[in-house]
Amino acid sequence: MLIIGERINVITKAQRQAMQDRDKGPIQDMAINQVKSGAGMLDINIGPAEDKGDELMDWIVKTVQEVAHVPLCLDTTNPVAMEAGLKAHDNTWGRAMINSASGEEERLNMMMPLAGKYNSLIIGLTLNKQGIPALAEDRCAIAAEIMGKAVECGVPMEDIYLDPLIMPVPFSQEKSLESIRAIRMFKELNDPAMKTVVGLSNISNGAPKTLRPLLNRVYTALLMYEGLDSAIIDPLEREMVEVIKTVDILMGKTLYAHSYLEM
Amino acid sequence: MAFVVPKETYNGKVCEVEIGTGPRAVKIGGENTLPFLAFEGSVPNKPAIAYEIQDVPPDDWPQTLQDVYKDVSADPVKWAKYCQDELGAQMIALRLIGTHPDRQNRSAEDAAKTVKDVLAAINVPLIILGSNNAEKDAQVLKSACDAASGRNCLVGKAQEANYKTVVASAMASGHKLIAMSDLDVNLAKQLNILITQMGFDKDKIVTDPMSSALGYGIEYTYSVMERIRSAALFQNDQTMAPPMVNDVGMYVWKVKETMAPEADQPSWGPVADRGIGWEATTAMGFLMAGSDLLIMRHPKAVDTVVKMIDGLV
Repeated sequence: MLIIGERINVITKAQRQAMQDRDKGPIQDMAINQVKSGAGMLDINIGPAEDKGDELMDWIVKTVQEVAHVPLCLDTTNPVAMEAGLKAHDNTWGRAMINSASGEEERLNMMMPLAGKYNSLIIGLTLNKQGIPALAEDRCAIAAEIMGKAVECGVPMEDIYLDPLIMPVPFSQEKSLESIRAIRMFKELNDPAMKTVVGLSNISNGAPKTLRPLLNRVYTALLMYEGLDSAIIDPLEREMVEVIKTVDILMGKTLYAHSYLEM
Repeated sequence: MAFVVPKETYNGKVCEVEIGTGPRAVKIGGENTLPFLAFEGSVPNKPAIAYEIQDVPPDDWPQTLQDVYKDVSADPVKWAKYCQDELGAQMIALRLIGTHPDRQNRSAEDAAKTVKDVLAAINVPLIILGSNNAEKDAQVLKSACDAASGRNCLVGKAQEANYKTVVASAMASGHKLIAMSDLDVNLAKQLNILITQMGFDKDKIVTDPMSSALGYGIEYTYSVMERIRSAALFQNDQTMAPPMVNDVGMYVWKVKETMAPEADQPSWGPVADRGIGWEATTAMGFLMAGSDLLIMRHPKAVDTVVKMIDGLV
């Protein structure tokens, strides 16, 4: 399964500061560490970036790819910044991913054409103006709208990563199973199967700190069993990466060798 | 609706490995499709063939094969030059079989001298093979690597029992490495991991899945090779991305079909043709499973296989 490293994120203080100061050091260190720990792609979350977002995105994409030879998942709601990132992205190690479009009309109309124009991958969040539907079936309906828009923009189905959205188990326990069901149903929306992605750690939001890693790991294993293709996680959590590698072995996605954890 | 050829998509690519120096250097691997399916991707290099020679006269080879080299095989230098200049060999594989304790038990120093002399006489790339005695190979290959320093040879075989010394020697003198495990895809992966953990670049490894002759277990080799290649191409498993080599001749020219005289087996036809056919057919099987490099013995078998490659690429 593709691990998308989540640690370059405007939410954390050190990274935010480095982004503001255009200080390469902390960002590049974080990029290298995540790739070493198993990330095959790095999420670059610069937030809404309303002020000079395009400049920031251009700078950070180049800064990260200078040291981390992986594709990037560009995470901003600012379409101008998104486009700047797609322009700056070096496709030598794989195509960029747009994070994200959704069923909300405005966002879909902004982001999907960019995926067509820059031949990039794109995440489709299955939510709309009314929020996240409770039932997996209704999330599939939104997925279908996203897929329809993709066809219009010339984006192939295999470039879309559908995200069922994960809800915190402490607040909405019944939803955790529903998101698992949604993964299974998304896969059936197309042949070859649609690809899927989740922002994993939301499952344990609001749970005690000691419980969060366990909830994250076990939930990942369940989602992977249904065919989850990628997850935005913290690759520096070694045990999480070990669970992912082990599930990949048990499901026959990676060839077994005694040292499989070290690869 | 017009017919569209269905195409498989692949996620990975076989490493490209260059062996030798100068204008005659040979590149193998680099493909991102299954064998001979160039319409689905790119196949930058044709499979290569190396002629096998030995450091001592090949007394144990079948007579029909010995006869081919009878004027040159007493001297590895002459033998190498004959393969390069008369047979048009693309590469030479020098097997230091005389170093085996059960054979002439030649010393590592003697082996190193042979390597030096052969290299001085040829400009095609050289593959240096030990005697497949893990313990002795560790010493022999070390001296051989030193003697061949700067010529970018392919050295082997590193196996579970001796990989540490062989890898260190190849690394110190800048050679490429053959990693061989016993007909097991998981062990092949494990060995590649262990080798790269020593700091050896994975782009310098060539995998030997352990060959076997037609009728004598070729299906095991074939299926291991298929699985190695599937892991590289479909799962993008970097540890399985090295190109593959098959040591064909040594497994073929000891089976009874390549040796039994026609008098004993009248229905099998002339023994000379049979051996050539057996080696060529075995080699072709490996090519279909993804082989990038073949080590062969009989010139007529080599010619047949070259025709097949040229016809399919």
